[in-house]
Amino acid sequence: MADAAVGEADAILDRAAAWAAAGRGVALATVVKTWGSSPRAVGSQLVVDDAGAFEGSVSGGCIEGAVVMEARRTIEDGAPRLLDFGVSDEEAWDVGLACGGSIEVFVEKLA
Amino acid sequence: MKAETLARLRAARGERRPVARVAALDGSVDAVVEDGEGPLPEPVLEVVRAALKQNRSHDFEHEGGRWFVQVFNPPLRLIVVGAVHISQPLIGMASGLGYDVTLVDPRGAFATAQRFPDVAICDEWPDDALEALGVDGRTAVVTLTHDPKLDDPALHVALRSEAFYVGALGSRRTHAKRVERLVEAGFDEAAIGRIRAPIGLDLGGRAPAEIALAIAAEMTEALYR
Repeated sequence: MADAAVGEADAILDRAAAWAAAGRGVALATVVKTWGSSPRAVGSQLVVDDAGAFEGSVSGGCIEGAVVMEARRTIEDGAPRLLDFGVSDEEAWDVGLACGGSIEVFVEKLA
Repeated sequence: MKAETLARLRAARGERRPVARVAALDGSVDAVVEDGEGPLPEPVLEVVRAALKQNRSHDFEHEGGRWFVQVFNPPLRLIVVGAVHISQPLIGMASGLGYDVTLVDPRGAFATAQRFPDVAICDEWPDDALEALGVDGRTAVVTLTHDPKLDDPALHVALRSEAFYVGALGSRRTHAKRVERLVEAGFDEAAIGRIRAPIGLDLGGRAPAEIALAIAAEMTEALYR
């Protein structure tokens, strides 16, 4: 598992560096804790720029929109954010956390 | 994350060096740990060293605050010396376990793409091959040729390296002779003691795939214990 993720981790770091070098505002979002069933492992990352472009994944789909929005705020105000996405079994399908898990995501600006 | 942190992580990744990034989740701490050292209190460094060993990123508490350690270990690598019958199932199992596998065998008739279609093959002499690949702490070395001319040079390089697993196929008697040769070559007891021989956990199986499984299981144990 861990090593399948290695190439992906490199791609995120490379993208963050490339966007920063191009003068874009950049934030990194990292899964720091999961409860229950979660499609993405702790340590999974998403890189976001100030226009909302992103690469990577923290949930396998449906919370990415919310994370990108918060990440853009972090790029603007420089403040890190700790986001909680908890879902009940009933809601789980709707946000893509198929088995009812929850995820905590740390968002920080690259500065 | 500081730009400097990102630069150091990327530099370490490019050179296959294990590295960890540590952050306090209120944003007050952003540090890099390399070689088990970094600008952090000792209790935090201990958490980070264990995380690197376990290859597991996780959150933790320190002095009332929440922190996160993210592990960036290089990919696991397995170097198999000897394109023999056990190599085939071992390569498949190791690939499934996430290893980048290289098969080393200078005997052209053994290491053919027909027999081993899904693996990087190196036909240099084993010591040259291992030197060129660069054996590090995320690398396992397994010698399977039964031929001292091929196995011993690979073991010489492996025992001078930080390989987390060094295994050599052969019976106890074969290994006793191997030990004599290694002593003559100047290796001490501690170095020679790193060799797993007879190779593999004692699962009782004798079929090639069963021996491969015993080796893969022993590699996994060595990685985490």
